[in-house]
Amino acid sequence: MGFEEISHTADWSARVWAPDLPSLFVEAARAMNSLAGTVIGNNAHMRRTFETESPDVESLLVAFLSELVYYQEQENLAFDEFDVRISAQRLKIQMEGAQIESVEKAIKAVTYHNLNIEKTDEGFETTIVFDV
Amino acid sequence: MNIENLIQVSETEWEIPTDFRSDMRVPVKLFATRELLEQVLNDKSLEQAINAATLPGLVGYVVVMPDMHQGYGFPIGGVAATEYPHGVISPGAIGYDINCGVRLLASSIDFESARDDIDPLATLLNKYCPSGVGKEGAIKLNMKELDQVLRDGSRWALKNGYATEADLARTEESGSLEGADPDKVSERAKTRGREQIGSLGAGNHFIEVDVVDQIFYEEAANTMGIYQGCLVLQIHCGSRGLGHQVCTDYVQSFQNAVRKYGIDLPDRELVCAPMDSPEGKAYMAAMRAAANFAFANRQLLAHSARRAFEEIFAGKTRNWHLHQVYDIAHNMGKLETHFIDGKEVKVCVHRKGATRAFGPGSPGLPPEYQKIGQPVIIPGSMGTASWVLVGTEDSMTRSFGSSCHGAGRVMSRSKAKKEVRGDSLRRELEMRGIKVRAGSLPGLAEEAPSAYKDVDMVVETVSDAGIAKKVARLLPVAVIKG
Repeated sequence: MGFEEISHTADWSARVWAPDLPSLFVEAARAMNSLAGTVIGNNAHMRRTFETESPDVESLLVAFLSELVYYQEQENLAFDEFDVRISAQRLKIQMEGAQIESVEKAIKAVTYHNLNIEKTDEGFETTIVFDV
Repeated sequence: MNIENLIQVSETEWEIPTDFRSDMRVPVKLFATRELLEQVLNDKSLEQAINAATLPGLVGYVVVMPDMHQGYGFPIGGVAATEYPHGVISPGAIGYDINCGVRLLASSIDFESARDDIDPLATLLNKYCPSGVGKEGAIKLNMKELDQVLRDGSRWALKNGYATEADLARTEESGSLEGADPDKVSERAKTRGREQIGSLGAGNHFIEVDVVDQIFYEEAANTMGIYQGCLVLQIHCGSRGLGHQVCTDYVQSFQNAVRKYGIDLPDRELVCAPMDSPEGKAYMAAMRAAANFAFANRQLLAHSARRAFEEIFAGKTRNWHLHQVYDIAHNMGKLETHFIDGKEVKVCVHRKGATRAFGPGSPGLPPEYQKIGQPVIIPGSMGTASWVLVGTEDSMTRSFGSSCHGAGRVMSRSKAKKEVRGDSLRRELEMRGIKVRAGSLPGLAEEAPSAYKDVDMVVETVSDAGIAKKVARLLPVAVIKG
């Protein structure tokens, strides 16, 4: 389970891998926090729930990460604990986080560019390109 | 991709024919020298241009400019025209930052006599023009007012005292696109935009004070009011979080549209819908609303910049006013009429990292620009030259009335951050006499001049190719970045 930054000329990109789909979603969120240089404060913890439906798992991932972009930009909130439930075409995530202490770089959008969640021998893997 | 796969048409023009890949509907035409082309062979620019050539309803060719670089879905520096009304519109071929663009304002302030004023001017510009990650803008709007901005763009700014008639006359589409519908913009997009209007944002957006270094086309420069040795100001930004959310929403919903209309694409970021479908019409109306937001945003920033100029120069410098030269979009989808194979065809021209560059006599230009053609503003990388060009008759027939939009990145952001330290770069720029106000030093490092192509080479290429004509070269004296 982990992630690594992939070189991209104009934007940011990360390869993410995990043994199962829920962990892949969690790693993708951590990759995003890491690329943005997000430092989450030690202040009061906040809980949020995100639910959505989509015909494919890639769309669920984009919707989830786009939700995180929104929270970061609008409420100055970032999350580091996630309880992810994926069944068929539904996603439900309970997130726990806090106010952002500092951020180096704004991720403005999550793209579908060549987005494909692949099944590997070890679990699942994908590469995500973020607009910055 | 090897350079051998390309057909060289001239020193500055290349082609990838449709038989290169079976799903291409039109050829790809590239404006580049061999040197500029070799710089992008290792990234995905050309693959993305070929992918773009598969969009349904394309006419002519997909054009790629010399500042091309890898984007997502569609290459940066790309232009594609789809036939109206049955051809498609693709949000990813316009980009997340809808109507990202550049505004140029000029003055008669002589740089030499104002040299000591540049530092306090940079401080005031930084104070009045909010910048940085997610920063709140200069004014607060309620949702009803925001809808008026989305519907009217710069006309809203005019009504509210932030613009002049002359500003609007010298803005692409007079700063107000017809057919914008705020109801097609999600509440989430509006929430993101409402607090950000009047702000610059972060990334590669900036405000720059420049001095006019050289004039190449005297008549055009005089018409624009650009004088050698005088100060000008560039504003580079777009539709902030609102535009990003509009694109996010429609790229997501168009995932279903491509299934519905049986469109098969090599990259899901290129999703699209026929312009005459309910989905296509909804995106067009939302995209226009986001574009209007961006026009109003740059107008508000111009208003704030004028306030800074007034505080510094009024009472001590004659003719200190900043007049608008032009405001131009470089991420946009526009309905235009072009000659294709000798026939007039109404098309949607998708420009992503490419500037409209209409030639002399084109519709929509203010009367004073009818003879010289439309001003094209090419911001350089930080610390390097920027350019003012004009569109040509050739640009109308060879590139759908389009030209390049900047220097174009050549180095990844992560590599730039590893190789360049923000504080050293700031010192280096200051030593060269460029005043820098930057919210984020790592952000500054990512935008280092070494991360970009040589803007002079890019401009020489479009000039030699005949799709734009050089008017003036600008050199930076102050940069304000988020």
